[in-house]
Amino acid sequence: MFGRLSWAAIPFDVPVVMIAAGSVGFLIFCVLALVTVKGWWPYLWREWITSVDHKRIGVMYIGLALLMLVRGFSDAMLMRSQLALAAGHAQGYLPPEHYDQIFSAHGTIMIFFVAMPFVIGLMNFVLPLQLGVRDVAFPVLNSIGFWLSAAGVLLVNVSLVVGEFARTGWLAYPPLSELAYSPGVGVDYYLWSLQISGLGTLLSGINLTTTILKLRAPGMGYRQMPIFCWTALASNLLIVAAFPILTATFAMLLLDRYGGFHFFTNDLGGNPMMYVNLIWSWGHPEVYILILPAFGVFSEVVATFSGKPLFGRRSMVMATMVICVLSFLVWLHHFFTMGAGADVNAFFGVMTMLIAVPTGVKIFNWLFTLYGGRIRFTVPVYWALGFMVTFVIGGMTGVLMAIPPADFVLHNSLFLIAHFHNVVIGGVVFGVMAGITYWFPKAFGFTLNERLGKAVFWCWFFGFYLAFMPLYVLGLMGATRRMQHYSNMHWQPLMLVALAGAVLILLGIALTGVQLAVSIRQRERNRDVTGDPWNGRTLEWSIPSPPPVWNFSHLPQVDRADAFWAMKQQRGTAQDRNGKRTYETIHVPRNNPTGFFLAFCAVLLGFSLIWHIWWGAGLGLLGAIVVCLRQAWRTDGEIEVPAEKITAFERLHGLKESAV
Amino acid sequence: MSTEVEAQGVAPGVNVHTHGTRRSYLIGLGYALVLTLASFWASSTDLIYSPGVPILLEVLAIAQMGVHLVFFLHISSAPDQTNNILALAFGIFVVGLLVFGSMIIMAHLNHNMMPTDRLMQLQMQR
Amino acid sequence: MSAAEQALLDGDAVPLSLRGPAATRVVAGYGFWLFLLSDIIIFAALFAAYAVLSGETAGGPTAADLFDKKHVLIETACLLASSVTCGFGSLAVQSGDRTSTYFWMAITFILGVTFLSLEVSEFSHMLSIGAGPSRSAFLSAFFTLVGTHGLHVTLGLCWLVVMLLQVATLGFQPMVSRRFFCFGLFWHALDIVWIGVFTIVYLGAHL
Repeated sequence: MFGRLSWAAIPFDVPVVMIAAGSVGFLIFCVLALVTVKGWWPYLWREWITSVDHKRIGVMYIGLALLMLVRGFSDAMLMRSQLALAAGHAQGYLPPEHYDQIFSAHGTIMIFFVAMPFVIGLMNFVLPLQLGVRDVAFPVLNSIGFWLSAAGVLLVNVSLVVGEFARTGWLAYPPLSELAYSPGVGVDYYLWSLQISGLGTLLSGINLTTTILKLRAPGMGYRQMPIFCWTALASNLLIVAAFPILTATFAMLLLDRYGGFHFFTNDLGGNPMMYVNLIWSWGHPEVYILILPAFGVFSEVVATFSGKPLFGRRSMVMATMVICVLSFLVWLHHFFTMGAGADVNAFFGVMTMLIAVPTGVKIFNWLFTLYGGRIRFTVPVYWALGFMVTFVIGGMTGVLMAIPPADFVLHNSLFLIAHFHNVVIGGVVFGVMAGITYWFPKAFGFTLNERLGKAVFWCWFFGFYLAFMPLYVLGLMGATRRMQHYSNMHWQPLMLVALAGAVLILLGIALTGVQLAVSIRQRERNRDVTGDPWNGRTLEWSIPSPPPVWNFSHLPQVDRADAFWAMKQQRGTAQDRNGKRTYETIHVPRNNPTGFFLAFCAVLLGFSLIWHIWWGAGLGLLGAIVVCLRQAWRTDGEIEVPAEKITAFERLHGLKESAV
Repeated sequence: MSTEVEAQGVAPGVNVHTHGTRRSYLIGLGYALVLTLASFWASSTDLIYSPGVPILLEVLAIAQMGVHLVFFLHISSAPDQTNNILALAFGIFVVGLLVFGSMIIMAHLNHNMMPTDRLMQLQMQR
Repeated sequence: MSAAEQALLDGDAVPLSLRGPAATRVVAGYGFWLFLLSDIIIFAALFAAYAVLSGETAGGPTAADLFDKKHVLIETACLLASSVTCGFGSLAVQSGDRTSTYFWMAITFILGVTFLSLEVSEFSHMLSIGAGPSRSAFLSAFFTLVGTHGLHVTLGLCWLVVMLLQVATLGFQPMVSRRFFCFGLFWHALDIVWIGVFTIVYLGAHL
């Protein structure tokens, strides 16, 4: 009746899991109870859950990512503490079967459910505002994409309590991930949650690419587009081109597991090496999908807080598009040791070193932008400076490993772990933190507390170095990744230092929460009344904070890059723009529950497929079809915002500004 | 079916001219039929130098894909089609890389693998 | 002055990229074009797998043993013809001609169903003689590649039925016309993928 699901799926005998699940469950219950008692459901349903507004969806993506950061980081703390203890004869407190699930979950969650949502959320919120338009190309699809990602998140977290997670690492290499060696539900949880959220990501990539290429304010050609939009374009093109490879490869593994196919099995002609090849031809573009928007954030932040236009705009754009293309030509460096031979390895080694060149161009451009500028050392600039130092170190260790003979020594050691955490934390995390701090006032109408923001930065900065520099050393000493225990006692002191670093980062994450709470309490003091708290250069700062649903009451007429800066120079003050103007009726998309319902069906489908509950899967599929058909016949997709409402809004905003 | 040029380029697949588009489909059909029959013939005849047959088939296939793109999907090099062409080019780049790159890499990897019968012997010894 | 204003003064047309947001039809068409490209990349991954595994027959039936060229030629003819009838149907949708739309799209549907039934008969024959996807890596790759194409054709036919129902209930309003347009793109793209399939899988087998 329920496939292979039974009460035995819940690990009642594992206290860590039961306590974690119990606390999270209790927390969720409290939140739901609070919402119900306060009567907030109609508001939440109307304003957030069924919203197709890119600003709301962007905020939800980032909220989801922050939540999953806590989950992924707790896995990290478990690993760090285990390794600090498990030296020599000591076995630590996490047996291998659990440790394997923890490092697999950590990687999967951090890449797919923290980094991706962070980056997609930022792009979602900012792009239409910088492009001077009212929303993304496909607002309903935007909502669907978000909710499918949330569905993936739910499935992954359910695996903690009902069943188990994969023990195969975050990429699930066969033959370990084949049915013969992973007969349980773990790999199925992994595969189905990533297929579902991968579909959401692909839809988002199509949406944002179309927005950038087809929806821009009048006069905003490619040369006038902000650099963040260029990096977002490159990133989304990569999503559209690379994610299908992931979908196809996972589909092949699923067919092996569910249908007895032989793509990657050891017998009857299967070839596990082909999985590694295909998955990394997705995997390498993936890391560029993550880093390119972060580069874009830094371009915006550095230019704004130096009070100068970005140095070398054209070379910046060229470097971005070159990185976009080159990112598809390096993937074999992830499996130099798999035995392709010297010729093939040499080619990919050289290509990997080449891709460092356009990145170097970007670094120099940022440095030259800062040089000679009147730099304001705000929190986003702290993150930018921290990024420049940290990312360059991480990039250099990458170029080191791009040399195949070196990689033969360092592959899958802790040196590799240190390298990719170096670039992902130093690049993506620092970039996202800068972006969140920079655009927070636009989203919510008040700035975040500066002092706490700097404290968060220092915790992450020093925490990162303490946590990962020892790992470089350990890697060179021979320590491998994914090890639950080690016999060499000389490694333990370094492991303890790494644990200290992790604790510092934990403090940073906790302080982020404190910063949010304090900032909300202090919001009147830090109110952004003008919409332009940083003396910004791009169009998003030309509208009120938070922006109205329709973003721009008049679509701006653009004629050069840094369009808002030019407008400010021409008119003297930011306030003139709201002079005597007539406004017209604007159409905005209506709320739509399709995304939420589709995600619900996706969770039902995924969970049923994992547990072989075939009737449940059929139900989920049928539900999805019904929801799609209902949407197909929806003809009332827009609501009108009357001109009077817009005029009143603009007048009110003008009054608030002049009261300052 | 607009004859004026649209902002940000024309959608892919749009017929820019109202007349003669039925002809475009029929011409495309004609070319496609010829190319298809040529492929089928080439793969079974002895008249062509046999190592050259795979290349000929690939050329015929690419030509027919081109026929579809031009006559059915109305892709052209007009300036309002630039976005469509660029997207297509990027797609072709990735497809080519994926297919040929995988073939080359897998061939190299397989070449360096122990022969499967020796591998089986090794496994059976345990 | 802006680049747009300068262009107007010079008597040139304002460059397309400076004209502001595109019309919904252009936006929808381009978005669907990108989706199609992503779909083609899924097929590329399956083609890559097929290319690598086509020789791994594990002592079982080979491509030369199994594939019948006449069968494939008929399938190809069906799909090619359906592309042309779909094109005629698109013209009918653009001119708002209901009867023509139903006629040409019905023929497209019938040709599509014919293609599918031929393919299903081939698959079931192969399953009955023990040449199923679990027999060898080559067969896994074959069934997945050709089967995925067949699945897309099936979904396309379902979509066609829905579109015809939309015309019947909602008429040729812009939303319906846009979707038909996307369907046309989809259907032509499937024929393009089929060119790859019959060349590499079926004709390639006999070399």
